[in-house]
Amino acid sequence: MRVMSQVAMVMNLDKCIGCHTCSVTCKQTWTNRDGVEYVWFNNVETKPGTGYPRGYEDQDRWRGGWELDRKGRLRLRSGGRLRRLAHIFSNPDMPGLDDYYEPATYDFDQLVSAPAGQHVPVARPKSAITGKDMKITWGSNWDDDLAGSPEIASKDPNLASMVDKVQLSFEQTFMFHLPRICEHCLNPACVSACPSSAMYKRVEDGIVLVDQDACRGWRMCVSACPYKKVYINHQTGKAEKCTFCFPRIEVGQPTVCAETCVGRLRYIGLVLYDADAVEAAASVEDPKDLLDAQRDVFLDPTDPEVIAAARAEGIAEDWIKAAQDSPIWKLIQKFKVALPLHPEYRTMPMVWYVPPLSPVLDVTTELGKDDGDADDVFHTIASLRIPLEYLASLFSAGDVDVVAGVLMRLAAMRTHMRQRTLDGEVDTALLERVGLTAEEVEELYRLLAIAKMEDRY
Amino acid sequence: MSPLLKKLLTTRSHFPGTEVLDSAHAMIETDPSEWDSFYRDRWAHDKVVRSTHGVNCTGSCAWDVYVKDGLITWEHQGTDYPTTGPDSPEYEPRGCPRGASFSWYTYSPSRVRYPYVRGVLLEMYLDARCRLGDPVAAWAEVVESPLKATLYKRARGKGGLVRADWELATEIMAAAHVYTIKTYGPDRCVGFTPIPAMSMASFGVGTRFLSMIGGTLLSFYDWYADLPPASPQVWGDQTDVPESGDWWNSSYIIMWGSNVPVTRTPDAHFLTEARYKGTKVVAVSPDYADSVKFADDWMAPAPGTDGALAQAMGHVLLTEFYRDRQVPYFEAYSRTFTDAPFLVTLEQHGDGPEATFHPSKFLTSAAATAAGVPVAGATGARPEFRPVFLDTAADALTVPNGTLADRWTDDGVGRWNLDLEENDPALSLLGLTHQGQTAQGVEVTLPRFDVGVTEGGGTIVRGVPALRVGTVLVTTVFDLLMAQYGVGRDGLPGTWPTGYDDVESPGTPAWQADLTGVPAEQCVRIAREFTRNAEVSEGRSMIIMGAGTNHWFHSDTIYRTFIALLTLTGCQGVNGGGWAHYVGQEKARPLTGQQHMSFALDWQRPTRHMTSTSFWYAATDQWRYEGFGADELVSPAGPGRLTQRSMMDCLTQAARLGWSPSHPGFDKNPLDLCDEAAEAGVPVAEHIVSELKNGTLKFAVEDPDDPQNFPRVLTVWRANLIGNSAKGNEYFLKHLLGADSSLRANETPPDRRPRDVVWREHAPEGKLDLLTNIDFRMTSTSLFADIVLPAATWYEKQDISTTDMHPFVHALDAAIAPPWQARTDYDAFLGLADKVSELAAVHLGTRTDVIAAPLTHDTPDEMAQPGGVVRDWSKGECEAVPGVTMPRFVVVERDYTQIGEKMRAVGPLVSTLGTTTKGVTVVPESSVAFLAQANGVRPDGVAKGRPSLETAAHMCEAILALSGTTHGGVSLAGFTALEKRVGKPLADLAEENHERQVTFAQTLTGPQPVFTSYEWSGSEKGGRRYSPFVINVERHKPWHTLTGRQHFFVDHDWMTELGEQLPVYRPPLDMARHFGHQGFSEPGSTEVTVRYLTPHSKWSIHSQFQDNPYMLALSRGGPTIWVSEADAATAGIADNDWIEAVNRNGVVVARAVVSHRMPTGTVFMYHSKDRNIDVPKAEASGKRGGIHNALTMIMMKPTHLLGGYGQLTYAFNYYGPTGNQRDELTVIRRRNQEVEY
Repeated sequence: MRVMSQVAMVMNLDKCIGCHTCSVTCKQTWTNRDGVEYVWFNNVETKPGTGYPRGYEDQDRWRGGWELDRKGRLRLRSGGRLRRLAHIFSNPDMPGLDDYYEPATYDFDQLVSAPAGQHVPVARPKSAITGKDMKITWGSNWDDDLAGSPEIASKDPNLASMVDKVQLSFEQTFMFHLPRICEHCLNPACVSACPSSAMYKRVEDGIVLVDQDACRGWRMCVSACPYKKVYINHQTGKAEKCTFCFPRIEVGQPTVCAETCVGRLRYIGLVLYDADAVEAAASVEDPKDLLDAQRDVFLDPTDPEVIAAARAEGIAEDWIKAAQDSPIWKLIQKFKVALPLHPEYRTMPMVWYVPPLSPVLDVTTELGKDDGDADDVFHTIASLRIPLEYLASLFSAGDVDVVAGVLMRLAAMRTHMRQRTLDGEVDTALLERVGLTAEEVEELYRLLAIAKMEDRY
Repeated sequence: MSPLLKKLLTTRSHFPGTEVLDSAHAMIETDPSEWDSFYRDRWAHDKVVRSTHGVNCTGSCAWDVYVKDGLITWEHQGTDYPTTGPDSPEYEPRGCPRGASFSWYTYSPSRVRYPYVRGVLLEMYLDARCRLGDPVAAWAEVVESPLKATLYKRARGKGGLVRADWELATEIMAAAHVYTIKTYGPDRCVGFTPIPAMSMASFGVGTRFLSMIGGTLLSFYDWYADLPPASPQVWGDQTDVPESGDWWNSSYIIMWGSNVPVTRTPDAHFLTEARYKGTKVVAVSPDYADSVKFADDWMAPAPGTDGALAQAMGHVLLTEFYRDRQVPYFEAYSRTFTDAPFLVTLEQHGDGPEATFHPSKFLTSAAATAAGVPVAGATGARPEFRPVFLDTAADALTVPNGTLADRWTDDGVGRWNLDLEENDPALSLLGLTHQGQTAQGVEVTLPRFDVGVTEGGGTIVRGVPALRVGTVLVTTVFDLLMAQYGVGRDGLPGTWPTGYDDVESPGTPAWQADLTGVPAEQCVRIAREFTRNAEVSEGRSMIIMGAGTNHWFHSDTIYRTFIALLTLTGCQGVNGGGWAHYVGQEKARPLTGQQHMSFALDWQRPTRHMTSTSFWYAATDQWRYEGFGADELVSPAGPGRLTQRSMMDCLTQAARLGWSPSHPGFDKNPLDLCDEAAEAGVPVAEHIVSELKNGTLKFAVEDPDDPQNFPRVLTVWRANLIGNSAKGNEYFLKHLLGADSSLRANETPPDRRPRDVVWREHAPEGKLDLLTNIDFRMTSTSLFADIVLPAATWYEKQDISTTDMHPFVHALDAAIAPPWQARTDYDAFLGLADKVSELAAVHLGTRTDVIAAPLTHDTPDEMAQPGGVVRDWSKGECEAVPGVTMPRFVVVERDYTQIGEKMRAVGPLVSTLGTTTKGVTVVPESSVAFLAQANGVRPDGVAKGRPSLETAAHMCEAILALSGTTHGGVSLAGFTALEKRVGKPLADLAEENHERQVTFAQTLTGPQPVFTSYEWSGSEKGGRRYSPFVINVERHKPWHTLTGRQHFFVDHDWMTELGEQLPVYRPPLDMARHFGHQGFSEPGSTEVTVRYLTPHSKWSIHSQFQDNPYMLALSRGGPTIWVSEADAATAGIADNDWIEAVNRNGVVVARAVVSHRMPTGTVFMYHSKDRNIDVPKAEASGKRGGIHNALTMIMMKPTHLLGGYGQLTYAFNYYGPTGNQRDELTVIRRRNQEVEY
C-alpha cells in the first residue's frame, strides 16, 4: 500500500442550472489574456451536444486516453513513444482552432467614434486572432440549450449507439448541463505523453500542472488528454490548463469555480488512495469494471491500517482528518451517488458527477400510475426523460444499472423526505430497497440539500 | 471552508524531489521551480471591495470586487450573507455569469469616458450662445428654428458625437430645462429611470430633481409589463412576494412561465434543493426551457393559453375539494380571507321570456338599505363601501369588519380587521333558507372567450342559487365562481359540462386540452396533487409565475386564474405557499425613505408621476396606428357602454375622470394657468374647472400632436429606453426622435379614429427637443441621444440595494474612483440642479405650478366613485368636482432658484406632515435628529439646519433612517398607528428591533437583514423567511381592497363590460385578424408567420450585458432568433443563417438558431437585443436592423386605466396600462447571406 492524497471534486449535475458562472469567473481570473482567448479551463456543455472542442468524446477520432494492448497492458491510445515521436511536428490527433472556435472581438470603438453618417453605428465582429471581419460560426458553447440541435446534438458521440432509442423531437426533448474542468486524473495520459517531462502531478495533492519553464510546446498532452482539457497558448506556444486554483487551494480557499458556483453543486475534498494499485485498476479488462476498480483504489480514511500507512508516508494528521470528513469520500464511497466521467478512458479521473434526475417523458396515461392517489407525486425512474443509456454512456461505461442505482437512491431520498416533512411517517421498506438507512439518507439529504459551505469544501 | 485545506501551503514543503511511479504512467513531483509564480502573481491582488450591481435585475447580489495596481481585475460573489438557520440552505453564493463579467465594462472600448454632444447640435448651440450670450436664449433659437431643429433631430442615431465637457453639457441641459419650463411648462420636462431598489440614491437624485422642478416622472413597472395588474385587482397591493428562501418551505411548486435557472439564477438552488426535501416541482412552459429539467412534470401549453389550463385546474379543485368533498381548512380560509361569501346583485337585462340575468355589483349596505332590507354588523358612514354577506348564524345580511369604509371613516377605527366575530358567512346559497325563503336556481349569462367573432367572445348560461332580498336578486361570489368554472351542482339550471371529458363546455380539463395542447389527464393529475398538497400541508403549495405568463395583453386574466388556485387552497399568507411573481419587481425594502427622498416629498407634494405606457402611446403617436378599439374587447355579456370607442378615447376619459394620470397636463403651461387664475382672482382649481367646462382649456392628451403638448426634454439614466424597453421602437424613432425608422404600419382608417382626440393630418416627427442619456455604455439610447454623459459604474459609487428575492439591504461601494471624466448620477444631477437654479435667477424665479393629480390609492380617494360606476362630467353625467369626479388640482409653489439647495437637504415636511406609506403616517422625529448628527446640517440658506444630503452616502443614510424596515423605531411607530385602525395587536411585530437601526456604514460591511415593518405584509420576526400577506392572515389585517379581502370578483363598470368580473380564460389577441398579412409581399418569398416571443435571456439582463464579450462568446455572438425545426424547414432556414423578421411595426435582422426544444409556430428573440452589436442592414428597409422591440407596439387595455374606486385606484407603478408585448406575430424568412453593415 502506498497512501497518497488527492484533492478531488464532485459536481452534482442534478443541481446544475447551466448558468456558466463558473466559466466566467474562471476565465476572468485565469484566461482573459492574449494567447488564451479561446481557452476555458472551466466550461459547461449542454447534453446532448458535441461539447468543446467539438466531438472531443469521440476517441476513435482523437485517440485520447488509454487503451489495453493485446497483452492487456495499458498504453496511450495516441500510440507508443515511436508513433508520437513520428508525429511530433504534425500531430494528426490535434484539434484545430475550428474545433474549438475562432474567438471574436467587436468593433466597440465605432459606437463612440463613428463620424456623422447615414446609419446607426454598430460594433461588428472581428476575429480576435486575425483582426479581420468575420461571421461568427462556432463558439465554446455554440449548442447551448440545444441550439442547432438537428445538426449538432445529433452528432453527440454518446448518441451514436442509441440512435434507435433517442429521437430529437420536441415531445421527447431532454437536456442537462455538464460543467467540466481538468480531471486531475490518478492516471493522467497528458503527463505520460509529455516528451519534455513538463507535466506533473503534485505529490501532496495530486493537482496536475504544466511546468511553464519546461514546456516545449510539443502538444502531445493535448491529444493524449481524452477530455481535451490541456490547451495551447498560441502566443507562448506552451500548454496551459486548469490548475485547480492551486494558489487558492494552498491558502485554504476553494477553487474559483466551486466558490462562485451559484447552483452550490461543487464539492471539494481530499481522498486517500493507494498509488500502487492505480495501474492495475486502470488495466481491468472490462470497461464496466473500471468504476469499481477505481473505487477500490480509494482508501478508507477511517481504517486504522490506512491511517497507519498514511502516517508512515508522512501525511499529516489534519490531512487524514480532512480525508475522513471529505464530502468526496461520502458521495463516492459512502453513498455511491457520484460517478466518474467516461471511466473507459482509463485515466482514473478525479472530478466525479452525481447524475441528473429529469422530468417524466410521457403523459400520465403511459405511466401506468394511479391517478386516484394524489399523494403519490413522484414518478418511477424508468420513465424519466433522460435515457438511462445516455447517462450510462457518460458515467459508467455503458452500465445502465449503475446509473439507475444512483437515481433510485436520489429518488428514495426525495420520497423519504417528503413523507417525513408532510406526515412525519417513513417507509423503511423503501429505503431498504436502495440499501440506505433513514439516518444515512438524511445525512445524504443534508449534504446535497442543506449543503452549507463548510460541508461542501 | 475546511480549515484542514489551509494546511496545504505549509505541507507542500514536506515533499521534496521528483519521483516517477513504477509504470511511468504518472510522474509525481513537487513543483520543480518557481515556474508557478505566474499563476500566484495573477491571483495576487491589493484589495477586495464589496459592492453590488445597480442593474435592473432582481439579483441584488453581493460581489467582492478585486483591485490590483489601482485597476479592477474581476469580481467574485460575496459569500457572507446572514444565515438562514441550521436546517435551510444559505443565500451564498449569489450571482450569475452576467454579473460575474460586469467588470469588463469598466475599461471597455465602448465605455462612455467623456461627455458627448452631437456635433451638429453643438455647433448650432455654440454659434447662438456666442452671439446671444445667454444659454436659454441660445437654446430657444436652436429649437424654435424649424430648419435647425430638423437638422439635428434627423442626425440622431447616425454617429457624429463630439467630446464636450461637463460644464458645457450641463449648461445645454439646464438651458433646455429652463426654456421648456418657461415656455411650455415644467411637465414637458420628463425623466425615465427604472426600479429604485437596485440603486436608490442614483434613482432618487434624478427623480428628486425632476420632482422639484415639476417635471414628469415616468413609471417603469407597468411599462415593462412586469406589473401584474391582477395584484392590485385582487389584493389592492402593487406586488408582494416571498423571498426565494421561502421556496424551501414549500412542498409543491409549479414554475409557471418562469424560467427560474435563467431569470432567478442566484436563487435557483433553493428550488433544486427543495426537491431533496420532497418538494414536487412542475414546470409549465411552451418550450423545453432550462427550468423544465428540474421539474418532475412538464406541461407545455400553447403560448398564451395558460389561463385555460389554470381555469381547468380550478375546475378540478372546485369539483373535488369544494363540491364533492369539503376541506375545513379551505372553507374557513375562503370565508375569512376572500370575497367568496359576499353577495352580488343579479341584474335583469330585457323582459319576459327573453330576460337574462347578469352579475352586477357587490350588494353593499347602501344598496341593501335602498332595496328595503335591514343590514346588521359593521355599519356606519359611507355605506356604499360596506359590502355584505349572509350571516347564517344570525340569518341576516351583515357587513363584516374590515371593509373599505372601515378603513377611512371614523366608524372604522379599531374595526378595520378580518375578525368574523360571531358571524358565519355562507359561501354558497345552495339549499339555504333565509328569512323563510329558500334560494332558487337562476340562470345567469357569463362570458366565455374561446368562441365568438370578436375578442369579446361569446356567452354561456349557467345557474346559480339566488335569493331575493328586498327588491334585488343576489347570489354569492363563490356561487358565481362555481358557475364560471363550470362546476355543476344538483338543482341548478343552465348548461353544464357532462364531465371532465366534455370538450365543449368551458372550464373542463378536456376543454382546456383542446386549447392548450396539455393532455386532460395531466391537467387533472397536477390539479389534484397541487390541491391535495395544500390540504395536507395547510397552504404550502406555491406557483412561481413569471414573464412568460405576465407579459400578455390579458395578463391580468391569466394571473387571476392562477391566484384563484392559490386562494381557494388557502396558500396565500402561508410560508412556503402562494404566488411568487418575479418579473422586474424589486422590492425597495426601505420604502418610506426611498419614496419620500426620491420624490422630494420632504419639500413639496405631490409629484408628477405618470404611467409610461399611456405617455408613450400618445407621445410616439402609436395611437394613430391602432388596429382595433375598445368595442372589439367588450363581452356580449356586458351592457355595452364601451362601444364605438378607440383606446385613445378611453385614455382621455380616464384622464378626465381622475382615474389615471395624464402629463403633460393641459394644452397650456401650468405656470401660466396659475398666473391667469391669480390675475382673475380665483383659486387655481376653480379657474381650471371653469376653463375645462367651457372648453377654453383642454387636457393635453386630447391633442397630443399639437406642438404645445409635446414632451420636450427627456433625461434617461440607469436605463436603455431606445435600445430595449421602448415597445414600438420604430414609432419612437419616427415620431418622438424624428430619426430614420423602419416603420411599415398604416394609420388607422378614418372610421376607427378617436372621437375625443384631435386628428392632425400629418403626424409630427421629432417632438423631442433634447434627449440626454446618462450611462457608461454606448447603447441605442446613447447612440440616439443628443447629449451622452459618462456615468460611474456600480464599482465606482456608493448606493444601497435591496430586492424581493432576499431580505437584506446592502451597499454599492467604490472600488475605484470614477475614471476618465465619469461622474456618479448623484453628482451629475446636483450639477444640473445648480445650473438650473443659476439660470432660473434670470428666467424663472418663483412660480406657481398646478398639478392635475389623479385619485390615489391608499387614500380616501378610493371612495370617490362608488360601485365603479362611470359618470363623466364632460357628458353632463355628474358635476365636475376636483378630487371626486375628476383629478385633484394641486397648487405647488416652486422657487426655481433654490433647486440646488433643496436637493442637498432633508426638507421640512417630514418633520411636519411626516411620512405616509400605504396609508400609515409616521412623524419620524428621532430619524431626523439622527440624520442631523450623522450627515450634518446645511449651514445657511433655504435649508438651514436641515440634515444634509450633499453626498450619495447621505441620501442612503436618510433612506435607511426614515424606513421601518431599517429603523426599528419607525417600524414600531407605524405598527402602533396601524394597530389603532385595525384594532388587533400588531406593534409586537416590531418590538424585537424597536431600538435597532441599519446604518449605511453597516451595509458597506455586508448584507444586513431588514426588520418587519408596516410597509410590507410579511414578517421576518424571529428570523422567519418573508412570505407576503402573513400579517393579513395571522393578524387579520385587511387587504387594501373594497371588501378588505382577496377578491375573486371585481365589479367596476368597465370590468363588467370586458367580461372580467371573475377569473376567466382569454386567449391571446388575434393579431392576424386585426392586422392582416404583415409579411414581405414579394413573389417567391418563402416565409412563415409565427408567434413572436421575447423571453428573458440567459446571456443578458434586460438592457445590460448583451454587449459584453464574455456573454457574446458564450452565446452566439450577436442577435439570434430561435426557430423550431418545422418552421425552419418551411422557410428554408438552416442553423446560423441570417434571417429577417418583419411585421407592420418594423424589421429585425438576426441569425437563426434552429432547435427541437422550440414548439412549432413560435419563435423567440431573447430580450434584450440592441442594435449596437453585429446588426447588419435589413433587406426589408435598407436600414440598420431593429431591436427586439422593433416588432412590437403598445397595446392598451382599457381596464388598466381604471381609477377612483377601491383597489382600482391609481398609484405610481401600482396601476396603469402595461407595455405588454407577447401577443405579436412576425413573419420570418431566410435573407441574402451576404450582409452589409
